[in-house]
Amino acid sequence: MKTSNPNPISGSSRRILVPRVKPRQFYGQGVPGMDLSKLGGKLIVVEGADGSGRSTQIARLVEWLEGSGHATVQVGLKRSTLVSEELDKAQQGNILSRTTLSLFYATDFADQLENIILPGLRAGLMVLADRYIYTLMVRDMVRGMDLAWLKNLYGIAVVPDVVFYLNVLPEALVERNFAKKQALDFWESGMDLGLSRDMFDSFLQYQSLVAVKFKELQATYGFTIVDGHRTPGEINIELRKRIETVLAGK
Amino acid sequence: MKTFAELGFPGRLIAVEGLDGSGKSTQVYLLKRWLELQGLKVFFSEWNSSELVKNATSKGKKRELLSPTTFSLIHATDFADRYERQVVPLVRAGYIVLCDRYIFTAFGRDTVRGCPPEWVRGIYNFAALPDLVFFFKASLETSLQRILEGRPQLKYFEAGMDLRLSQDPYESFRIFQGRILEEYLAMSAEFNFLVIDANQQIEAQQAIVRDLVAAKVDLKKYALHKPLPHP
Repeated sequence: MKTSNPNPISGSSRRILVPRVKPRQFYGQGVPGMDLSKLGGKLIVVEGADGSGRSTQIARLVEWLEGSGHATVQVGLKRSTLVSEELDKAQQGNILSRTTLSLFYATDFADQLENIILPGLRAGLMVLADRYIYTLMVRDMVRGMDLAWLKNLYGIAVVPDVVFYLNVLPEALVERNFAKKQALDFWESGMDLGLSRDMFDSFLQYQSLVAVKFKELQATYGFTIVDGHRTPGEINIELRKRIETVLAGK
Repeated sequence: MKTFAELGFPGRLIAVEGLDGSGKSTQVYLLKRWLELQGLKVFFSEWNSSELVKNATSKGKKRELLSPTTFSLIHATDFADRYERQVVPLVRAGYIVLCDRYIFTAFGRDTVRGCPPEWVRGIYNFAALPDLVFFFKASLETSLQRILEGRPQLKYFEAGMDLRLSQDPYESFRIFQGRILEEYLAMSAEFNFLVIDANQQIEAQQAIVRDLVAAKVDLKKYALHKPLPHP
């Protein structure tokens, strides 16, 4: 097999940025049988509450990345082939206890990690994650789960190249949720916690608790906190700038 | 990790562990009958039986969708569901809960599948340790014989086919079970397994089991409440 082309076609490479590969790590021991040195691509995570504008931002990033010549793939919570259906069913009945629900979500995450995220990186794709382990950890922390236990559990996760946290005040989230779905979601309101029987009240309290826990994790995981109160366009410009430095290997 | 008794629970948990074909299910059934017939509060809980998680597990197994990590996590989910909704309430209500397999099954299997042992143990550390663990130690050949006698259709994960030990399911099963046996033996002292020689006859084993239970559990404390007399 030829190892070099005497006349490489280099025209397009001037316009398309070829990302620099950086060494990768797992948060803990990772998953068995995965050689990290074979992973390229970039893992870009967007975190934030429902209504913080995650999906809008991701859609725009995909368009921009593909326009710039990068192949993309998307993952998100509760999207695995393995357990997403069952997880949905279980949540509708609200019958799972907290450890069970936590492990069920971890199963869903692990399935996508092994079947989409890691193969995506191996293939050199830009993997866009609509939330990652942090949302899962925060939800469990609010419900009183032990942080050390969660860190061990999610030691399987690969460390992303960048994590954006779209920060939006609970009061603004309420308005966006009403505008989108005309109602507040049971889980996003933390109704299982019994903070208040009034859903609006519970939503505000729950989202404040979540924000506090995210700040706690911020110290360990170093999210890029993004002010989510601006227009989608303004926010996207900020995200792109940061991603450009990631692509350059910084 | 502490046992239920050490944590001050009124009930007790007795677990049985051993390879497929070690005869542990027969033994735990006979133990259950003995306790029930004395009018005690007994409950039996089986590995991998949570209704909710079962669907996902069987889909994963049928379609061979499981990796060592997801295999481990989905069984942990199943265990957590039974633990939180069944085992803990029962032990709190003062029952003797009998478990056909407990966390040690996961420790053994998942480790053989390549999951880091500390990771697996960390996940299960929400669970209290059993007050008694019987380990039915049959020789590998005896266990294999009992399972393979009828040349049954071995299931993919049951035979450890995902480990690519051998193309032949029977050969794969042998190697897989052999490795699990090693894991069990390595755990035996750490978790105070009561080791029962499972090459003996059923009755001889059951006699030892009943003696040990009677010696270590104050059985009269677990009597069912008498029904109230009619007014």
